[in-house]
Amino acid sequence: MKKLLKGNVAIGEAAIAAGCRYFFGYPITPQTELSEHLATRLPEIGGVFLQAESEIAAINMVYGAAGAGGTVMTSSSSPGISLKTETISYIATAELPCVIVNIMRGGPGLGGIQPSQSDYFQATKGGGHGDYRLIVLAPSSVQEMYSLTTKAFQLAETYRNPVMIIGDGLLGQMMEPVEINDSFLTPAQVDKPWATTGCQNGQRRIINTLYLDPETLEELNQKLQQKYSLIVSQEQMAESYLTTDAEYLLVAFGTTARIAKEAVEAARRKGIKAGLFRPISLWPFPVSHIAPLINKSRAVLTVEMNCGQMLEDVKLAVNGKTDVYFYGRSGGMVPSSKEILDKIIEMRDRSYECCS
Amino acid sequence: MNAVPKIPSSLTDKQFHYCPGCSHGIIHRLVAEALDFHNVRENTVGVASVGCSVLAYNYFNIDMQQAAHGRAPAVATGIKRVLPGSIVFSYQGDGDLASIGTAEIVHAAARGENITVIFVNNACYGMTGGQMAPTSLIGQVTSTTPKGRTQPEAGYPIKVTEMLSTLDGPVYLSRVSVHKPAQIRKAARSIQKAFRYQIENKGFSLVEILATCPTNWKLTPLEAVKWLENNMIPKYPLGEFKDVGV
Repeated sequence: MKKLLKGNVAIGEAAIAAGCRYFFGYPITPQTELSEHLATRLPEIGGVFLQAESEIAAINMVYGAAGAGGTVMTSSSSPGISLKTETISYIATAELPCVIVNIMRGGPGLGGIQPSQSDYFQATKGGGHGDYRLIVLAPSSVQEMYSLTTKAFQLAETYRNPVMIIGDGLLGQMMEPVEINDSFLTPAQVDKPWATTGCQNGQRRIINTLYLDPETLEELNQKLQQKYSLIVSQEQMAESYLTTDAEYLLVAFGTTARIAKEAVEAARRKGIKAGLFRPISLWPFPVSHIAPLINKSRAVLTVEMNCGQMLEDVKLAVNGKTDVYFYGRSGGMVPSSKEILDKIIEMRDRSYECCS
Repeated sequence: MNAVPKIPSSLTDKQFHYCPGCSHGIIHRLVAEALDFHNVRENTVGVASVGCSVLAYNYFNIDMQQAAHGRAPAVATGIKRVLPGSIVFSYQGDGDLASIGTAEIVHAAARGENITVIFVNNACYGMTGGQMAPTSLIGQVTSTTPKGRTQPEAGYPIKVTEMLSTLDGPVYLSRVSVHKPAQIRKAARSIQKAFRYQIENKGFSLVEILATCPTNWKLTPLEAVKWLENNMIPKYPLGEFKDVGV
């Protein structure tokens, strides 16, 4: 069944399809339609929508609800996610499954409300305190807003880990046809023996992130790191477009990948063998998918709506094997395919200079 | 034959870490006795906060969550919305509830969230070593008001229970003390009532309990009891500030 949906609404519908029945949030642009949609939809199906007094309260309600065994989500936008980060660290430490949506806007500071990807570091490198990781998924179409949201809930339950979906106002606002997956509509009951639901059946449960004994805290860290290693080995996701013979490899995610795709096609029309690598999982960064492409590339161009954040992960993956270029716009400015094409041509010319 | 006092089944047999003369031990017992009295131990989820009582999850023999500093009412809200048939309470000190957590307590109360809050007021930050709390009295010497709290520098103490009583959400708000046996008996009845209202789905209840902190007040336990009686009770009068049953 296909439906024409707005990106933000697609996330809300996918959450419901995946079994989410609890949403706690605070109003912030540009994720508004998601909250508003769920304010109507969740009560209709016996769920709970609660507008919290603050971003901080909302994420702590998520902590409590997830700890009580609820399938739960919150959404916000960049500055709001900053406010939530302390408790996101607690949620990761207590290994509570939940989904956090960040419809990013231009920063830093209060910034603006136009599309941006400048929370890549915040999402993939921690954001809050301590050695923890979020699984981070970056949709680049309304269809993926839907399918990756359902995937996010599955990953959260499988790994007992918070999963973050990052998009931007452009993806949140645009309407596209979406294939609705009905198979999720009756979500499987996940057994959560760790959840605090009252100690009716014997042993009581404690959800806690305080470990005053350093040896015990180190053991907890080692346990978390083992889980993160497993996620790195199992959950890398990416799309490759025209990369089979690509000499010039573009790397872009989310909204930027849509524009980079156009630039790749334009470059091909000019006889330049360009291709696009699109990370779908930002953490884990899809190193195993990009590695074989790097070996064939004369140069790599990373395109982002920020000042060069994913660039660092691309450079780590490239590891000096080829030149890495960067093109970024920030503050809510969206790069055009022409600007990216110019950069591809410049990269091509420079790589010929190097080799001649 | 005399009855031998037993550990309430809602308490574990783990020895408290609290300082000699601290009121937390008495208050833990009163809360546990209230859960036993209502026979809800197996249907209760408690929320521990940050401060001296952060380890409360070791002492209450029930399912527990440990919350970030000040956020216990939000965590309790999340739990209660998923488990509306469960009994959910938070156990918070005055630094946690009346300073960093003011937004959460005010809005949980304003929503009329059907939870119970046990609010322990000992007029200082205990865990971190006796700094000024929002509840510290004018003139009170603390490690961060070494010459005594004065208004121009540090403002006035906050009377949380009176403040919350202006809201429509709460159904039960009281202030009790545990510095004397007679007061302990009153506190027990108040805590029982607060939980009863939650069990009856009436709405938000909070019991503020005046407590001693001899270690950080730099007093002996007996002097601390006198200090509470002479200094705290005149500023924090005991009584029921809101009661839907009346």
